[in-house]
Amino acid sequence: MSMRTLPLLFLNLGGEMLYILDQRLRAQNIPGDKARKVMNDIISTMFNRKFMEELFKPQELYSKKALRTVYDRLAHASIMRLNQASMDKLYDLMTMAFKYQVLLCPRPKDVLLVTFNHLDAIKGLIQDSPTILHQVDETFRQLTDIYGGLSAGEFQLIRQTLLIFFQDLHIRVSIFLKDKVQNSNGRFVLPASGPVPWGTEVPGLIRTFNSKGEEVKRTEFKHGGSYVAALKEGSLELYGDRVLKLGTNMYSVNRPVETHMSAASKNLASQTQESIVPNPLAKEELNLLARLIGGMGIQKPSGPEPGFRLNLFTTDEEEEQAALTRPEELSYEVINIQATQDQQTNQELARIMGEFEITDQSRRSASKGDDLLAMMDEL
Amino acid sequence: MFRRERSIPLRGSAAALCNNLSVLPLPTRSLTHFGVVHGPSAQLLSAAPEGAPLAQRQLHAKEGAGVSPPLITQIHWCVLPFRVLLVLTSHRGIQMYESDGSVMVYWHALDAGDASLGTWSGRVLVFDIPTKGPNIVLSEELARHQTPITDIATEPAQGQDCVADTVTADDSGLLCVWRSGPKFKLLTQIPGFGAPCSSVQLWQGTVAAGYGNGQVRLYEASTGTLHVQISAHARAVCALDLAPEAGKLLSAAEDTFIHIWKLSRNPEDGYIEVEHCHGECVPDTQICGARFCDLSGSSFAVTGYDLAEILRFSSM
Repeated sequence: MSMRTLPLLFLNLGGEMLYILDQRLRAQNIPGDKARKVMNDIISTMFNRKFMEELFKPQELYSKKALRTVYDRLAHASIMRLNQASMDKLYDLMTMAFKYQVLLCPRPKDVLLVTFNHLDAIKGLIQDSPTILHQVDETFRQLTDIYGGLSAGEFQLIRQTLLIFFQDLHIRVSIFLKDKVQNSNGRFVLPASGPVPWGTEVPGLIRTFNSKGEEVKRTEFKHGGSYVAALKEGSLELYGDRVLKLGTNMYSVNRPVETHMSAASKNLASQTQESIVPNPLAKEELNLLARLIGGMGIQKPSGPEPGFRLNLFTTDEEEEQAALTRPEELSYEVINIQATQDQQTNQELARIMGEFEITDQSRRSASKGDDLLAMMDEL
Repeated sequence: MFRRERSIPLRGSAAALCNNLSVLPLPTRSLTHFGVVHGPSAQLLSAAPEGAPLAQRQLHAKEGAGVSPPLITQIHWCVLPFRVLLVLTSHRGIQMYESDGSVMVYWHALDAGDASLGTWSGRVLVFDIPTKGPNIVLSEELARHQTPITDIATEPAQGQDCVADTVTADDSGLLCVWRSGPKFKLLTQIPGFGAPCSSVQLWQGTVAAGYGNGQVRLYEASTGTLHVQISAHARAVCALDLAPEAGKLLSAAEDTFIHIWKLSRNPEDGYIEVEHCHGECVPDTQICGARFCDLSGSSFAVTGYDLAEILRFSSM
């Protein structure tokens, strides 16, 4: 599978998260200055230079658990708090949205256009901070450097890697059901019409050639769809017409954020592989987490700015109800780094963490591992 | 015309790989074996003619060093003149089993950078298979491709020397045609044109190749000359299969369509010709595997990404 998939997965899921948070901050009438601070803090954390450096290294995709934990931390990088039920819903929406976008990309390479759509919109969400804007532009450049030259075959592999990550997720999302892009069984609609991908011909033609390479016959056949030629290729420049709409913000004041919590697939066997393996956190996953958490310099709620709680549901009661009725097979086992019952695993974690650089210089203690664990305990 | 037959349920959904369905018809025993990759596991099952599932088995990629359980990349029955082997490939290595998956007879570990078997680095591994038993030996490594191998096709050769002709395809769209023997000999190379070749078949000296831009192309194997170019699909082709007795070719793609084509040779100039026979749509399904279920091409089976069943069609 492709070792270049993680940055695309992380940035696109992050983009969807920001769309949803932005919409909920407005819906809940959070004061402008607080909302701005939250968005700027989260975006700044997401695009932190060291974090990006770690992200762009060729590596395997993180486990679903580890990735979910990263977003948990990211959502809490500022003065905002989310209850478990709201965090679960946020993550459901993010993952189903990106799954939809990957599945519907006409060409595998178009996932890059989707990523650029997200980044374009993220720049629009940043307020009064040229520093953060610059961070996002830097990431644009990194993406262009790394992905600009990849072949169609390599993009096909990235697409397959992403689809394997999203396999068997069939959560129904209201906005998708309303727009008829998702069926009531949770599967996405794949239309057999519209423009063909850039570089593909409209199906229906058989051309026969002789040994000199001259066309000697042309016949048509009925292919069953109703496709038209592609209009133009989306731009991969820093600024440009992406053409593709996938990855742009589909939420607005009139289209709120809702999900139906139903695992359309009753097939549990397919979902058990990850939970069966007793997964002590892999070193690479911890590395990313550590960089994300350690020393980002973000305000904690105990500081001068009082925090607030964001609710992804319309009322608190709805949120409580959602927490109680969430189907078992959809529960995300967020990695709780402080609380492991297995003594050996705890020691192993401490040892691995001890290898990482602790950037917060004000701490002093005997063991580096203790430092990081202690820091995490405060979050 | 074809009609939908009873589907065969799978324990796990099919993964978004190319060529993700292998079929072994066993007409003398009135059953058919099917193999589908789910992810870290693959499912083998056998079904009766009308589709009733009879037995099933799950196989896993052998663990090696690494963080997560390895993913299986392909499952395939290799039908040799004297023996049938079931081959499972993953990034860790190649596993070979007896045809019902009951016993692993061979394991070849690939180093990071590896995998008539294609690997990550583009090397094709050729193994000597004895008539019986586990004494399988790596006999040759063909190093011609620079990008990962996607598919390999073989057919018994035309002509006096009774060795098979082979075609290998890779991610860049390059096709290599070989004459097999004590040492494989490269006969011709067919360059790519910017799209990966996901699937390849060989029929009576004609190479059929399916590409990432939805095209199916037919070439003369001995010279590499392009004879037919079909704008067959609106998305990447994910599988090709042949019913050699009937000269039928099946193409399936991520655009939800399967097409069946009739191949023939023009009596005047001997060039290959193609006629469209039938198209079938599996709504809202990104197809990842498709195979004929019998040598005459009167029935076929399909798998789709996220779908936990094998769809079957047979002609009326």
